[in-house]
Amino acid sequence: MKPVIFRERADQIHRKGAEPFRLTCNKESLAGAVSQRACVFCGSRVVLYPIADALHLVHGPIGCAAYTWDIRGALSSGPELHRLSFSTDLQEKDIIFGGEEKLYRALVELIDRHQPAAAFVYSTCIVGIIGDDLAGVCKKVSQEKGLPVIPVQSEGFRGNKRAGYQAACQAMFQLVGTGSTEGISPYSVNILGDFNLAGEIWIIRDYFQRMGLEVVANITGDGRVRDLQRAHGAALNVVQCAGATMDLARMMQEKYGTPFCRVSYFGVEDMAESLYEVARFFKAPEILERTRELVREELTALYPPLQHYRQALRGKKAAIYVGGAFKAFSLIKAFRLLDMQVVLVGSQTGTEADYQELAEICDDGTIIVDDSNPLELSSFLQEQEVDIFVGGVKERPIAYKLGVGFCDHNHERKEPLEGFVGMLNFAREVYTTVMSPVWRFLPRRQASRPRSAPTAEDPAP
Amino acid sequence: MTAAVSHRHRAQGSPYVSTTNACKLCTPLGACLAFRGVEGAVPFLHGSQGCATYMRRYIISHFREPMDIASSSLGEKHAIYGGGPNLKQGLKNVVDKYQPQLIGVATTCLTETIGDDVPRMVREFVQECQAGGEMAPLPRIVTVSSPSYRGTHMEGFHGAVRALVEQLAQAAPPSAAVNLLPGLVSPADIRYLKEILRDFGLTGIILPDISETLDGPQEMTYRRIPAGGTPLTDIAAMSGSRATLEFGATLSGQDTAGRLLAQRFGVRLFQMGLPLGLRETDRFFGLLETLSGRENPRPHALERGRLLDALVDGHKYVFGKRAVVYGEEDLVVGLTAFLAEIGVRPVLCASGGESGHLEAAMARVCGDLLPELPVVWGGVDFYDIAQEAQGLAPDLLIGHSKGYHLARAWGIPLIRVGFPIHDRFGGQRLLHLGYRGAQQLLDRIINALLAQKQADSPVGYGYL
Repeated sequence: MKPVIFRERADQIHRKGAEPFRLTCNKESLAGAVSQRACVFCGSRVVLYPIADALHLVHGPIGCAAYTWDIRGALSSGPELHRLSFSTDLQEKDIIFGGEEKLYRALVELIDRHQPAAAFVYSTCIVGIIGDDLAGVCKKVSQEKGLPVIPVQSEGFRGNKRAGYQAACQAMFQLVGTGSTEGISPYSVNILGDFNLAGEIWIIRDYFQRMGLEVVANITGDGRVRDLQRAHGAALNVVQCAGATMDLARMMQEKYGTPFCRVSYFGVEDMAESLYEVARFFKAPEILERTRELVREELTALYPPLQHYRQALRGKKAAIYVGGAFKAFSLIKAFRLLDMQVVLVGSQTGTEADYQELAEICDDGTIIVDDSNPLELSSFLQEQEVDIFVGGVKERPIAYKLGVGFCDHNHERKEPLEGFVGMLNFAREVYTTVMSPVWRFLPRRQASRPRSAPTAEDPAP
Repeated sequence: MTAAVSHRHRAQGSPYVSTTNACKLCTPLGACLAFRGVEGAVPFLHGSQGCATYMRRYIISHFREPMDIASSSLGEKHAIYGGGPNLKQGLKNVVDKYQPQLIGVATTCLTETIGDDVPRMVREFVQECQAGGEMAPLPRIVTVSSPSYRGTHMEGFHGAVRALVEQLAQAAPPSAAVNLLPGLVSPADIRYLKEILRDFGLTGIILPDISETLDGPQEMTYRRIPAGGTPLTDIAAMSGSRATLEFGATLSGQDTAGRLLAQRFGVRLFQMGLPLGLRETDRFFGLLETLSGRENPRPHALERGRLLDALVDGHKYVFGKRAVVYGEEDLVVGLTAFLAEIGVRPVLCASGGESGHLEAAMARVCGDLLPELPVVWGGVDFYDIAQEAQGLAPDLLIGHSKGYHLARAWGIPLIRVGFPIHDRFGGQRLLHLGYRGAQQLLDRIINALLAQKQADSPVGYGYL
C-alpha cells in the first residue's frame, strides 16, 4: 500500500517536537482527497439554523435542504419552525428559465402559512450559476409582506465552511440594530457562538443570570429574531466557537461599539475562566463575588463524581478531529483533567493562529492536522494506538472499524457537554466508550493476546 | 375484479410551489450508493465539496459504515472556467491513494449547469495518463449524469446501474448465469437473494451488491475500500447471461440496465416488482423455478408455509387497520401489495418520486384485493402527506425514519423500512424481500400494533 499522505498535503500535517512549528491551512481542499469538510452553504446553515422563529428557505435543488433537515439537535424553548426543511426544489425547467418566479411564490406561500418573524433565503451552488437575483426577490417580498427577508450568499463552491459563517454573520447583521433597546440592563450580554445543542445554552444562560447579568440575545441557539434586532443594546458580546460568529462580533464592535470577549464553555478550566472574564469586564464587585460563589458551588458538586472516571481513564490516549480548532483547545484541557493524553488533534477549518496555539499546548509527539481525510485519520489512529476518538458522524465509522472508542462532539450529541455539568457528562461518555468490554473481542485487539480455546478436561483417574 | 381508478386520485405532484420536508433525496446520492456496490469501487462526485460530505454523512448515519465519496472539490474559479482540471487531479489522487478497480463519477447540479463534458474529460484523463506512462494500470472509470434537479435518488441509482452495464459489459460467451438487478434494497436483502439463487442452483450476478460493502465485519486492518461488491468481471459478463431479472414495478418502459442488456446483447429481460409480500414473491420464485428447472427448494417452501401460517395466526390483529405508506415508488408498491394481502387497508400511498407509473403499478398488485384503491400520490413531500392523511384516520405508518414526526404527532406506530433509518439501530440488517422478509415485516407490524394497544390500555393485559 502506498503512503496515505498526499504530497500536496504534507505541509498541512505537523508532528510536534520534530521540527519548529509550521502548518499550512485555510486552503482549498485537495480534489480526490475525501475531505471531511462541507461547503459554504453548510457553514451558513449551521449558524443560522437554530433561529427558531425564522423561516429558513433553501433556494436550490432538493439535496441541500434534504440533508440539513432537523440536522442539529438545536433545541428551542418555543417555536420550532427551524426544524422544518424548506426548499424551492428547483427542477430542470427552473434551471433553464430561471428560478426567481418560483422563489417568489414559494416565499409568499410559506410566509402566509407560517407567519415567521423573518425569513432567511439560502443561495446554493446552482443559484450562483444561473444568476437568480436573490436580493431583488427578497426585497420585494419583504416590502409586500412587511417582515425582514434576508438573502444568505452561501453558494457552496465559493470557499469553505468559514465563508459560510461569514455569510451568515452578514445576514444576521442586517437584523441587528433594527429593534428597540429600551429597558436593557447595563449589566447585559449577548451569547454568541452557542447553538443550544442538547439544551446547552440554557446552562450558560443560567450561569450568567446567577451572576446577575441579563442575556439579551442567544446567537443563535434557541434564537429569536426580535432578540437579534435588539442585540446592539447589550453591554458585551460573549463569543464562543470563534470561527462561526466572530465576524458578527467584529461588525457590531465597529458599528455599535459593542466590545467582545472570546470564551469557551467546554471543560472546567475554560468554563470557569470564561465566567470570570465576563465578570471582570463589568467591574462590579458583587458580580465577581457571585461568580466566585457559582464556580465554588459547581466545582464542589462536580469533583467527587469526576474522580471515579478519572481513576478509570488515567493514561488512556485520545484523538480529536473537529470542525473548528477552537473547540480542540478546551477538549485537550478536558482530557488533561481526566489524566488522559491527546496524541492527535485536527480540524476542518482552523487558522494559522489556532494551530500555533494548539502546538504550544500539545505534548511532544502529538500530530496536528488541517483538513484531514479518512485515510490519514485511520492511519494516525492506528499509529498512535488511541483509545478514543472525538469527532462527528463522519469520523465515527473510522474509529469503530479500527476498534477504537468514540465520542460525538458534533451536532448529534444528545447530552450537554458544556458547562460544569457538561464536563461530567463528557467524562461519563468517554468512560462509557473506553471501558466497554466489546473491544477485547475484536480481531485487532486479540492479535496481541493468545486466543483461549477450550481444552478438554483430563479424564478422571 | 380490478378496482377502478379511485375518484380520490390526485394529480401528479404537490399543489404547492414550495417543498417542505422532502420525501426524496437527490439524484447523485443514489448514484453513489449504486457505485458502492461494485467491487473495488470508489464513488466520485464531480461538484463542490459539500455534496460529497453531506451525502457521506447521510449514508453513514443509516449504515454505520465508512462511506468514502471523493469529490473534485470545485471552487469559484472552476465554476467559471470549467471543472476539468480538478476532475482530473481528483481522479489521479483517488487512483494514487485508493488503488481502486473502478471509479464511479457522478455529476452534480453545479457541473451539469456549467456544462462540463465529463465523459470527454475522462477520456482525456485516460489518454494523458497513458501518454505519461506514470500511472499504469488505470482503473475503469464509469460516468453517469446525475444532476439533482432531474429526478430523485432512485433515478440516480438506476442511472448509475445502467451506466455500469453500458460502459463495462462486453460481448461475452453465453453462460448459465442470471443477472439480478435488485434496486435499492438492504444488505440483508442482498444476502438473502444470494442464498435463494444458490439454493436454486443458479449462478447469479447481482448488481449492485452492497451486502458486504455497506455491512462489513470487524477485521484486522482498516480497508481503504471495503471488501465485497459485484466483481468487474461479472459485470463484463452480464451480456452473456441467460436472463436478467430487474426489480422495480415502475421501471417498465424505462431505459434501464435490464433493457440495455436486452437490446444490445439480447439477454431476456424479466421486469417485476420487488418480491415483497406473498404474491410478488411467488412470481419471483416461480420465475426461478422456470429458469432453474427445479422446484422451490424445501427450506424456502417451508418458509412460505410458515408465512401462510403466520398470516392466519395474525390476521385479526391487522384486518381493517388503516395504513399510510410512503417512500420510494417501487418500495411503496411492494409494501402496499403486502398490506393488501394481510387485510390492512392502505389509505394513502405517497412518494417523492414521479415516474408516472405509480398508480398503474398499484392497481396491478392490489386492485383485486381492495374494495377501493388508496389515494396514490407521486411527487409529494411530507407536508402534502400530512395534509392528506389527516382526514384518513390512519392507524399506522410504514416508511423510512423521516416520517417519525408524523407518527409522533398522531400517536400512531411507524414501522421503519427502507432507507434512511436514522433513529433506530440496524437499518442495514432489515429484511424486506421474499417469504422471510414478509414474515419479519408481518411480525413487526403486528407487534407495533400490539404495543400500541398495550400502551393505550388502562388494564395492562398480559395476554394479547
